[in-house]
Amino acid sequence: MWRLNPSPEVLGSRGGGSRGSGGRILLPCGDSAFLVELPELTAVVAYYRGLTGAGASAGVSAPRGIIDVVPAARTVLVTFDPEAIRPSEVRDWLESAEPAYDVASSGREVTIEVSYGGPDLAETAQFLGMGEAEMVKLHTSSAWTAAFSGFAPGFVYLVTTHERLRVPRRNTPRTAVPAGSVGLAGEFSGVYPRSSPGGWQLIGTTTAALWDASKAEPALIRPGDLVRFVEA
Amino acid sequence: MAIVVVNPGPLTLVEDLGRQGWASLGLSPSGALDRQSLRLANLLVGNPAEAAGLEILLGGLRLRFVTASTVAVAGAEGIVTLNGAEIPLNQAVRVAPGAVLDFGAPLFGLRYYLAVQGGIDAPKLLGSSSTDMLSGEGPAPLKSGAQLGTGRVSAGNGLVSGTASVPGPGAGAGMGALNNAHVLPAIRRAPDPGRAITARVDRGPRADWFDDDSWRRLVSQDWTLSPDSNRIGARLVGRPLTQTRLEELPSEGMVLGALQVPPSGLPTVFLADHPVTGGYPVIAVVRRTDLDLLGQARPGQRIRFLG
Repeated sequence: MWRLNPSPEVLGSRGGGSRGSGGRILLPCGDSAFLVELPELTAVVAYYRGLTGAGASAGVSAPRGIIDVVPAARTVLVTFDPEAIRPSEVRDWLESAEPAYDVASSGREVTIEVSYGGPDLAETAQFLGMGEAEMVKLHTSSAWTAAFSGFAPGFVYLVTTHERLRVPRRNTPRTAVPAGSVGLAGEFSGVYPRSSPGGWQLIGTTTAALWDASKAEPALIRPGDLVRFVEA
Repeated sequence: MAIVVVNPGPLTLVEDLGRQGWASLGLSPSGALDRQSLRLANLLVGNPAEAAGLEILLGGLRLRFVTASTVAVAGAEGIVTLNGAEIPLNQAVRVAPGAVLDFGAPLFGLRYYLAVQGGIDAPKLLGSSSTDMLSGEGPAPLKSGAQLGTGRVSAGNGLVSGTASVPGPGAGAGMGALNNAHVLPAIRRAPDPGRAITARVDRGPRADWFDDDSWRRLVSQDWTLSPDSNRIGARLVGRPLTQTRLEELPSEGMVLGALQVPPSGLPTVFLADHPVTGGYPVIAVVRRTDLDLLGQARPGQRIRFLG
């Protein structure tokens, strides 16, 4: 069982020396939020899944009064309504939540059809030391996990279990990346939900709507989901 | 259509109480910056507190009412006229068909809130009609010639439809107005631009990334609101805070009211349209109830933090 630091005073110490054995650490964040810090992204995804119930929208298994559960690179932010739930109850929930590491049994699966052949496909394959077809095969055969959102509504940072597709960002970001562009950058893959500036290596495009404000569930991919790319 | 926008002024937006709970999808809460003022204006005209109204930055808005209505203006204080005659603020006012409502520059505060009986009828995203200036979601800022619809109103003054009122368990139809009467908030005067605004702060998650003197500096000096401020953040100018841990912070979730400190040492207070994640350390968080005042702070106004 992971241990959390019992009081904010302990957390004031520099360097996070009071980290519990499981590496979970609770940081104060005003009067209606806690920031939970975890050792790495895999632990963040598992903890987020444990809190929210397998990648569904926050609130499915969260206690009444919890407003947002926001995963990021090393943290999960939890905000609450102090008039609906006591901070100590939130703390108890965060302390007792079990991480859900079993990816297969949790989360929705989203399949995205991609026409490979983006402007950076050849250069990226060359950088990775493989042929274009080989890189496409690796991208489609990898199981991707939606780790966290950011940048724009519907944009989700996807991670996988290996580092063979790790590439740097472009030296000069493009001023306009078309909506539906599928990219790689660092350890992540992702799909641009709308036209925007961007520095990712573009390897394909999809016609899937990543963000549709007219729907009750506007985001195609939500944190915690499994994502598979297939050739269109 | 009930209302014609003759002149939108510098920036007039449709706002309600926002869409909380979607930060994990990358969406800001949005909604009125001065929530209490929108709530008050709505309740004065018999709307549910969460009905959509207009957030009017710096006045300049001119509306022509095609049909009769009832309106209330709260928040900033300035000269607001109906067919040229000044109307009282923080009160329900009847509007005749054809009447023209004009907002002068505010003398106190920055943002007027206009509630129209029935609420402004605008498309909803995740239960809210609020404009989010960061993501561009929600209705576009008002333009000259635009027409605004309102929700329908029943004979009994209660709303029939057109707003996202969610009655509590057991609340019968038509109870909304009655319930509202019990929670009419006290009228809060708009802040005097010549005086400092005081906002309470609590410790943020990265308070220990700053030297010991920084917290003292945060709460002991008068900060000045920068003219670069907007619905995304209130940018502050003053003696900078000193970060002692200099490693890069991986992006993490940001709360409403977070005082994020970039390398310049000058904090930005995150307001309703704030990005849901950020990569600079948060030293403190402004109490939710004090954020309304920051939404009324004018460029150059002094701001003091209590913590």
